[in-house]
Amino acid sequence: MEFQDAQRFVLDSINEINHTFQKVPGSAMLVRYIQSSYQNDPVRSAIELILVIFFIRYLLAPSYATHSGNFVTLTEDEIDDLVDEWTPEPLVAPRTSFEEVEAEKLPVIVGPTGPKSKLSNGRTVTNLASYNFYNFVGNDHIKEKAIQTLRTYGVGPCGPPQFYGTQDVHMKTEADIASYLGTEGCIVYAQAFSTISSVIPAFCKRGDIIVADRAVNYAIRKGLQISRSTIKYFEHNDMEDLERVLQKVVKDGAKKPLTRRFIVTEGLSEAVGDCVDLPKLVELKHRYKFRLMLDETWSFGVLGRTGRGLTEAQNVDASQVEMLIGSLAGPLCAGGGFCAGSTDVVEHQRISAASYTFSAALPAMLATTASETISMLQSNPDILVQSRENIRAMRAQLDPRSDWVYCTSYPENPVMLLVLRPEVINSRRLSHDEQERILQDCVDETLANGVLITRLKGMPTGPNSNGKDEGWKFQPALKVCITTGLSKKEIEKAGITIRHAITKVMTRKANSKLGLPATS
Amino acid sequence: MPQRLPRNPFASSTPTAIPISEKPSTRRPSSSKGNRLSQLFSTSPKSKEHQAAQAAIISAAAAQQQRLLNNPSPQINASGLSLPSISLSTASVGENNMDEPATTLFQPPSVAEAKRQTRIEAQFGPLGSQGHRYVSKHTGGDLRPPIMDEPPYFYLLTTYVSYLILIIFGHVRDFFGKRFKPNHYRHLKAANGYAALNSDFDNFYVRRLKMRLDDCFARPTTGVPGRYITLMDRKSNDFNETFQFTGTFTETLNMSSYNYLGFAQSEGPCADAVEETIRKYGISAASPRGDSGTSDLALEVEDRIAKFVGKPAAMVFSMGFVTNASSFPALVGKGCLIISDELNHASIRIGARLSGAMISSFKHNDMNDLEKRLREMISQGQPRTHRPWKKILIVVEGLYSMEGTMCDLPGLLKLKKRYKFNLFVDEAHSIGALGPTGRGVCDYFGIDPSEVDVLMGTLTKSFGANGGYIAAEQHIIDKLRASNAATMYGESPTPPVLMQILAALKIISGELVPGQGEERLQRIAFNSRYLRLGLKRLGYIVYGHDDSPIIPVVLYNPGKMPAFSHEMLRRKISVVVVGYPATPLILSRARFCVSAAHNKDDMDRLLAACDEVGNILQLKFSTGVAGGLENPPEDLTSEEEEWNKTDGLQAPIKPPRWGLREVIANGVQDIKKPLR
Ligand SMILES: Cc1ncc(COP(=O)(O)O)c(C=O)c1O
Repeated sequence: MEFQDAQRFVLDSINEINHTFQKVPGSAMLVRYIQSSYQNDPVRSAIELILVIFFIRYLLAPSYATHSGNFVTLTEDEIDDLVDEWTPEPLVAPRTSFEEVEAEKLPVIVGPTGPKSKLSNGRTVTNLASYNFYNFVGNDHIKEKAIQTLRTYGVGPCGPPQFYGTQDVHMKTEADIASYLGTEGCIVYAQAFSTISSVIPAFCKRGDIIVADRAVNYAIRKGLQISRSTIKYFEHNDMEDLERVLQKVVKDGAKKPLTRRFIVTEGLSEAVGDCVDLPKLVELKHRYKFRLMLDETWSFGVLGRTGRGLTEAQNVDASQVEMLIGSLAGPLCAGGGFCAGSTDVVEHQRISAASYTFSAALPAMLATTASETISMLQSNPDILVQSRENIRAMRAQLDPRSDWVYCTSYPENPVMLLVLRPEVINSRRLSHDEQERILQDCVDETLANGVLITRLKGMPTGPNSNGKDEGWKFQPALKVCITTGLSKKEIEKAGITIRHAITKVMTRKANSKLGLPATS
Repeated sequence: MPQRLPRNPFASSTPTAIPISEKPSTRRPSSSKGNRLSQLFSTSPKSKEHQAAQAAIISAAAAQQQRLLNNPSPQINASGLSLPSISLSTASVGENNMDEPATTLFQPPSVAEAKRQTRIEAQFGPLGSQGHRYVSKHTGGDLRPPIMDEPPYFYLLTTYVSYLILIIFGHVRDFFGKRFKPNHYRHLKAANGYAALNSDFDNFYVRRLKMRLDDCFARPTTGVPGRYITLMDRKSNDFNETFQFTGTFTETLNMSSYNYLGFAQSEGPCADAVEETIRKYGISAASPRGDSGTSDLALEVEDRIAKFVGKPAAMVFSMGFVTNASSFPALVGKGCLIISDELNHASIRIGARLSGAMISSFKHNDMNDLEKRLREMISQGQPRTHRPWKKILIVVEGLYSMEGTMCDLPGLLKLKKRYKFNLFVDEAHSIGALGPTGRGVCDYFGIDPSEVDVLMGTLTKSFGANGGYIAAEQHIIDKLRASNAATMYGESPTPPVLMQILAALKIISGELVPGQGEERLQRIAFNSRYLRLGLKRLGYIVYGHDDSPIIPVVLYNPGKMPAFSHEMLRRKISVVVVGYPATPLILSRARFCVSAAHNKDDMDRLLAACDEVGNILQLKFSTGVAGGLENPPEDLTSEEEEWNKTDGLQAPIKPPRWGLREVIANGVQDIKKPLR
């Protein structure tokens, strides 16, 4: 009985399938084709069949290999055992002793930051550790503007720029920066630090070539890493070496399909403080057909007659720089970063720069503050003159006068980086870590005498890194930030304090070092 | 483009009035709410016209009356605490009695007062009735994945066909365009020895698909993104290539901002505190945290956040994106494994890539898949060497911003016990928005936060500020402070932003304006459930978990994205539409973000609009399996049984297509029960 049922069912189904198949348009043709090809050329039919099977298998196979070659097949029990056995390391390693000391010494400012700041220990000190170069933080006019904006827009825009987060004030700030610099367009990001890390991968993809300065800052390095492009380095601010690298790239790429090529460097270097030769850079980039990404985080608002940055200072048209990245959070005392360039360059970032598209827009009051401080710099370039005088005054106290340190920064850079003189390092055989420790002592000693300065922070390496992939290791340095909030006299006085503190630490070190066997 | 922008930001805040006569006549008013709904349309806050001001007075008075009728309980007279609009205004100016209902009923407020009141209510709507509250809390048991409803095949087919047509058209246009208008394509071609900046292939999507709906993205706004948001009108004469501002403004109901708790306000205790901070501290801290950017304010905020989320320590950053991007490299490195939910946010993916750890992913919220992945990964060890992993970090989001789903925290913790991994939860959207006290997913599920290793969140959303935080054990935060790049080089959060966070936290915890924080939390929970149930009953396919304030409705056909957005804009509602590549190709959707600043009237207004638009655009696809049924089987008590039955074991169910009137009439009671 059951067998018959089954048989009937099979027959029915075959009929059904047959019937439906015939109804499909073109089925007759297919049948005819198969029949005739089978009769005329069985081998061909067989090959075709194999091809069809192969094709179906190919379609059904996962799109990538799920297991690498050395996958070990284990039983469930074995897996359970392995799971039981596995003990992870703690999520974070304990702090190093130096990190602990640093955290303990971290200054905490009570109340507003300014040329004179009150610390949590109750002392009021001269603050030469913040980027408040023009003392815009204490400016009442700017505060009033910000309050007006607050009362119109609230604080946060509560959404990314693409989803109703773009406010008219953002567009105004973008227009203001573009007209200040003389570029076609500008895009404002919500944070300065991460701006370039997003700009680079928005344009540079796998297969593209980036030629970068060896001493570029951390944010640029992370951008390079995300981009997956081929990276070549040239010696820091060495235009001849750059040319050599460019030549080599062009020569190597001559036979290959053309890819995008970029030069990435900084205007004022974060790690060294010196300044790039922009006219030469632009000449090279034109000659070898590279595009230029210039990180002006430290030079925008600082160099040039009205603070427009390197392009103004060295008389280069800003449109010669394809992507000009700057910060609104440093000297401008607002918040956010920007990238200026042609309209194409700007619009492309609006949809493909990760930290623009996937992050909330800049608070309105920070945008209006940036517009405001830019217009103050433009209308009152005297602030910049005063700032440079203060820089000179400080430098006069330190660079030629100190036996222990010298300044690597560009003479107009308000961030003065002081490194130990090579003679000192050589004669005492100071390692990188020892230098850092000595300089931290200098910072402490300076603070004890009422002046707050800081150190250049080393790039974090992350857990389990073997130190090989960091590439360039910068030289430990003291960081002294000059502000116009102090008079020339006060600056000089602070300079003397710093110099004496360094001398004190160095002579003390020398003594204690004599008593110790050389450990490194 | 920007030439139309006024120099003074203040000037731009005076939008032209929306004429009162512009009341859309097409809307189907619900019986009793009719006048209030239309009144919402006619209320034009920042209007300069006398007529509009008059209308504002009338409507304000009407609103007062309505409020009294709705809520006759005497407590409202006794204190302003239960009504945020009242307490806000008293707190901001110190004129205590202006909102006292007794006074206003008999002496209509002055024109200026009425304007101010409308302005405040445009940022944070008054609560209609004390019944419009709900406590966001998990009801126990496992977190069930939301049931995925599917439309008839016809819609899937037409969606594919639409994309096919779009792509073919795009290529045809490119083919002729490249021959006849080479100028338009110049940026995609190599020229004078420079390779094209954009690849032709990558740009195809932008040029031929996205461009068609560009007017739905990046709509410029002005003013506070609160309950309403003011859009700057723009038009395009060249098919979205460029836009021109018309100089007019439209005030729309804001269903798009991540303003979950309604703290986007330019008035009220937060704004007052921020103003004071600006006067005292200035705008900027002008230094990274590691140098001299650490202020007493920053430490206080960190302390508060730690207490709020229930962890021993916390640290704040000036950007949420960077919080993730810089923390992963500080937590994990070579030899470690990150297993990340496939739908995780871009910031997590970038952070994971920067860390140098091996990255694997599991199916969205699928604990079985995660367990399979874990067993395989732990037993195999590191690739090639088979050495055991140093650490395994599982990364999930508390609430997914495109799906409206919550992470299955109970499920994850079960696995955590067995597999000993570390858990990182990104609470960008869930902090403030979920849980009886607004403390995110742990609070929602009633789980001790100490069971999760790292809690990250952003301050851009619920708190109306900017930035992000990380909270964890003291030693973890200590190490992160020392090894996190954003602390050393990134700008520190600015004082006004810190104060906004602080004030918002104080309000939520009831320290400032007691009662208001609780009200905000309960309002967003009510609004979310009310809107979700309403949309399901209207027949929409709605994604996500019941208590989630993110409510995506699926549109399918790409052409419906701009259509939906335009229809909604015509009804003065701004919504976000998203499609490929942010979603799978066929699952284009519109997303509503519910806020505590909304009230039931706003939800009703939205439901009315969705009802109409759903008919016009044929968006009512749902089959009823995911809830919203007309006559849910009465004999069943537990939700689970119901789902089991509808899983095909029962007679086919009738797709829900409720009338708007019934949806509104039954919503308030029905959301107090499990949604079905
Ligand atoms: C899950 C998640 N993490 C992080 C972020 C980034 O936050 P922010 O906008 O503060 O940069 C977002 C924002 O969109 C998010 O959704």
